[in-house]
Amino acid sequence: MSTASTDRIEKRVILQAPRARVWKAIANAEEFGTWFRMQFDGPFVEGQAVRGRVLYPGYEHMTGELLIVRIEPEHYFAYRWHPYAVDMNIDYSGEPTTLVEFRLEDDGANTVLTVVESGFDQIPHARRAEAYRMNDGGWTGQMENIAGYVTTA
Amino acid sequence: MSRQLERTVRSLTEAAPLFAALGDATRLAVVARLCTEGPLSTSRLSDGAAVSRQAITKHLETLAEAGLVRDARLGRERIWQLEPRRLDLARRELDRIGDQWDAAIGRLKAFVEEER
Repeated sequence: MSTASTDRIEKRVILQAPRARVWKAIANAEEFGTWFRMQFDGPFVEGQAVRGRVLYPGYEHMTGELLIVRIEPEHYFAYRWHPYAVDMNIDYSGEPTTLVEFRLEDDGANTVLTVVESGFDQIPHARRAEAYRMNDGGWTGQMENIAGYVTTA
Repeated sequence: MSRQLERTVRSLTEAAPLFAALGDATRLAVVARLCTEGPLSTSRLSDGAAVSRQAITKHLETLAEAGLVRDARLGRERIWQLEPRRLDLARRELDRIGDQWDAAIGRLKAFVEEER
């Protein structure tokens, strides 16, 4: 049992698309929003925060903010955010954030994408349980939609 | 509410005191020591701790109330050990965010591959 394992999530996927295409889907705020289900106020600019509105049905009143940490074209993209910021009545600005990193590598004509979200151990534990209670209904529905979408695609 | 959602809400409600119990640096340190060193007595756990033995005992009792640790009396000593099943619950909460990433990455995959 490792306590470190509760701090990070790492996902890796092979995408059948060239790296330039994947890069655009991640670093272009509008394209990012398409699959991440958020609509952003502006472009992703290194060192700047950008606000976004959640596009998931029933959660359109929610907004979130990404602080863009680093942009290395076609290689690396990173932002910080509040992963459990689901209650509009709470000011999360004083709370720690998690770091989300996207790394892109070539695999022949395909692209290997690695996504890491880390820093969960710094997030107040009470907040986690509370946020899960609040947003799980949305995610449960979303998972069902995605399953339908991906299997028909 | 769907049955699945009801189940989820129940498991999260169950998890809330668990997160509260873990949300303290001293208690986390105690849990970490029990993780790496196995069952320990109250006095061993107090050795090298920044707080008093009484404070450690109180923290251990808080962890016990959340079901994270269990104690046994051995002569005049109380021996504490972890209840791994409860810690797994905390681990599962992180898996849930991992599932959200799986869904988002699935959408990204469909998005970048659709033009082929």
